[in-house]
Amino acid sequence: MSALTPSRRYRVFVHLMAVVVSVLILAPFGWLVIASIANDNDLLSKPLHWIPQHPTFDRYLQIFTAQGDNVFAGFRAGLLNSVIVASVTVLVSTVVGVFGAYAFARLRFRGRRAVLLFFLSTYMVPPIALVIPMYLVMVQLHLLDTTLGLIVVYSSFATPFVLWIMGNYFQTIPVELEEAARIDGCSRLGALFRVILPLARPGLLAMMLFAFLIAWDEFLYALIFTSTAASKTIPVAISEFTGRYTTNFGLQAAGGVLAALPPVILAAIFQRQIVGGLSGGAVKG
Amino acid sequence: MSGAVVAPAPLTGPQKRPWRVRTREARFATMLLIPSVVVVFGIVLYPILRTLYTSFFDVESALPGDFPFVGLENYGKIIGDGAVWSAVGRTAYFTFFSTALEIGLGIGLAVLLNAPLRLRWLFRAIVVLPWALPTIVNAQMWRFILNSEYGALNALLTQLHIIDTYQSWLGSPFLALNMVALADVWKNTPLVAFFLLAGLQTIPSDLHEAAVVDGASVWQRFWRITMPLLKSSILVVLVLRTIEAFKVFDIIYVMTRGGPANGTQSIAYFTYVRAFSDQNFGYGSALSYLIVIVILVLAVFYIRALRSTTANEI
Repeated sequence: MSALTPSRRYRVFVHLMAVVVSVLILAPFGWLVIASIANDNDLLSKPLHWIPQHPTFDRYLQIFTAQGDNVFAGFRAGLLNSVIVASVTVLVSTVVGVFGAYAFARLRFRGRRAVLLFFLSTYMVPPIALVIPMYLVMVQLHLLDTTLGLIVVYSSFATPFVLWIMGNYFQTIPVELEEAARIDGCSRLGALFRVILPLARPGLLAMMLFAFLIAWDEFLYALIFTSTAASKTIPVAISEFTGRYTTNFGLQAAGGVLAALPPVILAAIFQRQIVGGLSGGAVKG
Repeated sequence: MSGAVVAPAPLTGPQKRPWRVRTREARFATMLLIPSVVVVFGIVLYPILRTLYTSFFDVESALPGDFPFVGLENYGKIIGDGAVWSAVGRTAYFTFFSTALEIGLGIGLAVLLNAPLRLRWLFRAIVVLPWALPTIVNAQMWRFILNSEYGALNALLTQLHIIDTYQSWLGSPFLALNMVALADVWKNTPLVAFFLLAGLQTIPSDLHEAAVVDGASVWQRFWRITMPLLKSSILVVLVLRTIEAFKVFDIIYVMTRGGPANGTQSIAYFTYVRAFSDQNFGYGSALSYLIVIVILVLAVFYIRALRSTTANEI
């Protein structure tokens, strides 16, 4: 847009729209945050008190400190399980997927396109179509109600995603750079680690963030495969709480805010990479 | 599932190479791909086939055992089951309504994200928020805001004198379906916008500059330059969102549990109820293959469209 000098009217309009959009986005989430620190009387009052008269951080405190088998400890266990499941899933799918992505991006082999489509088609199958037989396998392997069981399942659907995004991203890196490294004595794998991966860092970061989000967000498998605090993830803990205590808005909100924090913070930090990763990886072929 | 997506843009292969190099490459490629194949197909292939197999039996429990083979009877039942078709209808409505809004608003938002804004980084960080918000939390948040007694929406609208009696937003079937769709739009429009922004940024700025020299207005530039060049990105996003929307489950589970009066029961939710609450696994399996078939048809249809638009551009 360098040579363009947008008219004043356009600039005012654009800024106005940005404010409107920001309000529309921030208001619902802001209300969730307010509700999490407002006391129950404020939340159930009519007319509603928008600004809590006696803000309290008790709910957060209790979630982090409450002992025993209660809803607070349930949220805490869910958070911890989610952190474990999502991080390990990202690790597994990235390590496994990066090699495969390199193969798709740089090597020519028979059935390349077919194998790739096969990987992608697993993404189209709704989880509901896989969950029953998977459940039976989990029972047989004693993986039911374990975080390991969830990690295994999540890695299976995060990996095609890594293959696709990274495969496309690698293609945007000029082959010449890699060839130069190989002339200097690098092996193919050496070039992957020393040349390609450092250059692909923005894409890699974006992809890892997406994989984390996929694992953090997953619900159906977790709902069916987990039953106790040993493996319940935070979405399951929240859905159960929301279903059971329909008017305890304050605690619902606190649980929601905590569940939202890790992905929201990561996304805010890496927002540049998200757009970069998408433009390098997904839209361009 | 989540808002993150995989784009079916065409992959272009490397150049042709001599035969010997190619076998060596193929062997290397196989080695590199084995871990992915093990992780993905080792886990999903059996369930995919097993569900297909189960769909031919009259299975009334999750446990393995001998169940009568009924061939295509489960599929036959689907065709005669009115509840299936109403669930398909609702899902189609939800998919169309939410996808159309997400694309429409997403285009506007993408243009805005690309516009010369002060504090652009801050605006982007705000727009990222709904996308990063877990689906379950989004659903819970809207359920809470839309609550007929204590919800913030009713409070806000009455205090602004826009309505004078509290509305039961999730209380009537069709209204609830629209509210669930709007909650989905709130969460997913940013994703669409980021996708399209990536497309926007590939448009060379001299095209716009030339158009300005020729006296084109903002509006004309949008329709004559931006939109045509954005077409393939829009199609990609349309494919992804349609597929995701058609599988909608989580948000419904938390916001309405399919109610009121089944008004928000999507086909995936309906399948879940049949399989798990009614323990009718044979029928549930057949239903989930119905979803697979519909999605495949949609995907093929879109990929064709995608090919023809990209062909037009070249």
